[in-house]
Parts: sequence; C-alpha cells; structure tokens
Amino acid sequence: MEKAKDFYEKHKLIVYLILFAVSLVVPFVIEQALILRYICTIMMYATLAGSLNVINGYSGQTCLGQAGFFCIGAYTCAALTKNFGVSFWIVLPLAGILAALVGLLVSLPTLKLSGIYLSIVTLGASEIIRIIAQTWTPVTGGALGIKQIPYPNLFGLELFRPKYYYFIFLIIGVLFLFITSRVLRSRVGRAWMAIREDQVAAKSLGVETSRCKCTNFMYGAFWAGIIGAAYAPFVNYIESSQFTTDTGFNVLAMVVIGGQGTLLGPIIGSAIVTILTETLRFLENWRYVIYAIIIILMMWVRPQGLLGASDSILAGGKIRRKEKEQGGKKA
Amino acid sequence: MIDFSQIDTNVPMLESKGLCKYFGGLKAVDNVDMKIMPGDIFGIIGPNGAGKTTFFNMCTGMYTPTKGNVYLMGEDVTGLSAERVARKKMARTFQNLQLFKFMSVLDNVKIGCHIGTKTNMVDSIFHTKRYKQDEEYVVHKSEEILRAIGLYEYRDTMAGNLAYGMQRKVEIARALALEPYILLLDEPAAGMNPQEKEELMEFIKMLNDGGYTIAVIEHDMKFVMNSCNRILVLNFGQKICEGTPDQVKSDKQVHEAYFGKGIIAGEAVKVHG
Ligand SMILES: Nc1ncnc2c1ncn2[C@@H]1O[C@H](COP(=O)(O)OP(=O)(O)OP(=O)(O)O)[C@@H](O)[C@H]1O
Ligand SMILES: [Mg+2]
Repeated sequence: MEKAKDFYEKHKLIVYLILFAVSLVVPFVIEQALILRYICTIMMYATLAGSLNVINGYSGQTCLGQAGFFCIGAYTCAALTKNFGVSFWIVLPLAGILAALVGLLVSLPTLKLSGIYLSIVTLGASEIIRIIAQTWTPVTGGALGIKQIPYPNLFGLELFRPKYYYFIFLIIGVLFLFITSRVLRSRVGRAWMAIREDQVAAKSLGVETSRCKCTNFMYGAFWAGIIGAAYAPFVNYIESSQFTTDTGFNVLAMVVIGGQGTLLGPIIGSAIVTILTETLRFLENWRYVIYAIIIILMMWVRPQGLLGASDSILAGGKIRRKEKEQGGKKA
Repeated sequence: MIDFSQIDTNVPMLESKGLCKYFGGLKAVDNVDMKIMPGDIFGIIGPNGAGKTTFFNMCTGMYTPTKGNVYLMGEDVTGLSAERVARKKMARTFQNLQLFKFMSVLDNVKIGCHIGTKTNMVDSIFHTKRYKQDEEYVVHKSEEILRAIGLYEYRDTMAGNLAYGMQRKVEIARALALEPYILLLDEPAAGMNPQEKEELMEFIKMLNDGGYTIAVIEHDMKFVMNSCNRILVLNFGQKICEGTPDQVKSDKQVHEAYFGKGIIAGEAVKVHG
C-alpha cells in the first residue's frame, strides 16, 4: 500500500499516461459486448458510489437515499429525451442540477438532525422519489416505466454500442474524480472534513456548518443525477423498481467496502460488488446474504474499508499513539 | 498581522449583563455581570462546577442564555450562533480538547483560516486567482502561527498523536488563525507539565503584548495571580468578586468560598506576596 503510494507520488505523470493508454485500449481489446457492459456498470457505480462518498465519507453525514437522486437523473433524461427530443448532452447537466435542487430540499430539514435521524429522512426521501416515479404516469410512464429511451447522438453518430458507453462513463468518472479532488483540496473540502471530524470545533472556527452541509448534499446529489442520466440510455429502459432502497444500500455497500473518505475506495468497492453480483448470480437471492456477511465482517475487521486509513475517524475513532515517532522528533 | 488599532479602547471588548443559564432547576450561571476591556488578560476562576465553562459557552454562542445579554465590542451578540460570533473576531479553545484529531497539525490550523478566506466551489474547480491567493495565504498564515507557537516541526503530525500539552497548543494555534481580537481560553494549561505551563504563560503574555485581549479560565492560582490584570470569581454560578488580583486576594467572600478551603490556593497567595 505504502509502496504503491510512494510510486504514485514519484511517477504521477507516468502512472496517468499508462492509465490513459490502458483505458483507451480496453474497449478495442475486449470484444465481447457483455464483458464491456460489465465494465461500464462498474464505472457507472463507481461514480455513483463516489458521489455518495462525498456526503458520507467527507462530511460525515449518513445519506441512505442516493438511489433517489440517481432516480431523478435517470427519469429526467428519459422523459426529456423521449417526450421532448431534447439532446442528451443538454439533459446531462440538467439532470444533475435537478437532482442537486432536490438534494437541497432534502438537506433542509436534516440540518437540525444528524446520525440516525438524518439517515431516516434521506431514506424516506428516496422512497418518496421512487413512488412519485411510479405514480406520475404522464411523465414517468408509471408502473410501466419508460421504454426505448433514445440513444445519445454525437454529430450524427448514434451511441448505442457498449463501446460508446464505456467512453461516456469513463469521461464522467474521470471528470468526477478530477473535480472532486480539486474541491476537496480547497477551503470548501476542508470545511466538509472539519464538520466530519468535529462539528462543534468547526462552528467555533466560523465554519457555517449548515450551509456547508447543504452544498455538500447538493454536490453529491448533482453527480448522482448526472450518472443517472447516463444510465437511462445505457439500459434503454427504466422503471421505478430499479431505484428501490436496495439500490441505495448496494451503493452504500460499495462505499463502505472500498473505504469511505477515499477517492479510490468507491471504485474498488464498485468493482467488488458488481463482480460478486455477476459471479454469484447462480445463488439467486442468497447472494444478498453473502453481501450482508461481507458488510458485517468489514464493519468488524476494517470499518474504514479496504482503502481507508486505520488512523481516521471512520475507523472507529481510535488514536494509535506513535510514541517512537514523537520521541524521535523531540530529541 | 492583525490591525488592533481600530479597536475603541473605551468600549468593553466583551461584556455580559445579567447573564443566566439554567439547566432545569440547576442555576449553572446566575446573573453574572462582567466587563473585559481591550488589552486585558482577564482571569475567570472558581471551584469545579462553578459555571465557568458554561459562561464561556454563552459568550461564544454555543449556548443561548436563559436570561441576560452578551456584548462584543459594544454590539449585542446574544443568541447569535457560534459561527456568527466567531466572525466577529472572538475565538476560543475548549476545556476538553475539540481538535480535529485525525488531521495534521497544519490542516487543523488551515481550517482556522476559514473565515479569512473566500474560495467557493467554482474557484476551487477552476483554480481561479482567488483560490490561488487564498491557498497561499492559508499556508503562509498557518506556518507563521505554528512557528510562533513552536509547533512548526510537528506540522505534518496527526494532531491526535501529539502529547496532551501540545494538543492544547494546537487548539490555540487554530484559534489564532481566525485573527481574533479576543481569545477565550478554557483551562489552557490543564495537562501540561510545569515547564510547559511556564512557556504557555510567556506565550499568552506575548500575545497580550501583541494586542490580543485574553480571557482565561484557569485553576492554577500562580498563573492567574501573576498574569491576569483582572479576575472574575464564580461560585455556584454566581459572581462573588471581580477586580484586580490584589482585590480578589483580599476579598472576604472569595476566601470563604475558595481560598479558605484550599491549601494550594493559600500557597499561591504566598507565592505572589
Ligand atoms: N449541558 C449541560 N446540561 C446540564 N447541566 C450542565 C450542562 N453543562 C454544564 N452543566 C452543569 O452546570 C454546572 C456548571 O458547569 P461548568 O462546566 O460550567 O463548570 P466549570 O466551572 O467549568 O467547572 P470545571 O472547573 O470543572 O470545568 C455543573 O453543575 C454542570 O454539571
Ligand atoms: Mg469548565
């Protein structure tokens, strides 16, 4: 782990170039459409889990309703492109903005709440959104959902092959990582983390915790909306049952397994959960038992997730004193 | 550095009038008047549970007073939220350390620079001029403070890994990053060894010489009697005395409530005399 980090620090440019080259080649090397679709799914969930991680991992709130924001994005895209023929490329940011606005609405009553109460509100909001999608037939197609969602069109080229979605999800994912890492390394991100670490202290330093929590929620919801919008044409058919709280918990599992509060964690988590979902398909519903066991084990052995630091508030809040290091420095 | 010249020295820096805080039937703070003038090192003493921390919490907006008012530089700040009060140039530390334990010392202080900077999300995404200026300011300011307080070599250490006394210093450093006019310290020397205490006392005096107004809750009588120019004594939530160290030492009520019982306190009086 440490070695990998060192190597990355030293040869950043090389690492990026290799990753870039590999990611360009992948869709041309892998011929089977099915596998490519799995890779697309992993990338999609990686960004969705990443967006949840911004809320849960970086500002320390507990949102359980990411499926709701995802749902808004997907329906915005499906309804607008299908019924009004709006271009996918315009819908994409629009879906993000709409999800962010709903995120703001959800975060307002939660400002006075925290912990379990906040979780319940987000869970409820997610269900309300899904039920609206299920009921509002003229716009969302009701229980039947929306079929044959138009494929995005790029300069006359209709994007329907998995290869194309590979690039769509790749670009969204990379943009998400790039922008998020910049936000996190600024005053805004520091304020989020301060709230996660100690809200009372943050307030005493003049951090407007309410406002920061709102923007944090909106930011997370924004990306969930965007990825939802890209999801709609990818699966070509959406209906409300795709956005149940199960989906929300699934995404949460990815974040928890990969490591909250790390940028790479959700990507690893998404890969693990998606691959497990596919390989354990023969177990049918029993695979959910396996998930549950993995999450319980994870919480027990490594609450900070695979990539999380052991010295962190997300690892259960214990400080391991490094006497040696300190003594050495003092001398 | 901070421009202290704009402060009107005739207006109390921090003033409380009839301040009360009741927890159910418990009168934690009861009808306390206090005046801290600019440039003071103001001591607040009293036995355990006298209501000192509660009093600070009301002054800084952490608690809403049951009754009474708080004025900061003549402005009524009663009932303002903690983050609003912080913006009005009052910073504090906590008795039971509220550090960002899992962050580096430098990051702790950087967060203290929050209100001195204006970067928003758009700035941070596009690395605008404002972002660059702010980051430069934040790093510069934080390192300057860490140097002054003697924590520079620990800037990359995780705050929670430091010795207790040093964690207290990190809290003070973080509070200083706010560029406050007045600094409220809640038992800053608790957990420090005598040498560290001595250093801290010097540092606080230095800050005071530099223009900061200081209010400090402290149990160490030697510290209080030697460093503070005015002292407020609380007992069971009530003010029993407010005045110079000499006035406090000769006050009968203080002796009855406080000094009369404690040998430590008795010694402290001797030390000064
Ligand atoms: N949030 C609260 N709810 C109920 N009672 C409280 C609360 N905070 C403080 N108290 C009570 O108010 C009284 C004053 O407490 P406070 O912490 O202000 O004392 P203190 O003078 O700071 O004592 P110490 O020297 O031990 O720090 C105590 O009896 C305490 O139990
Ligand atoms: Mg106290």
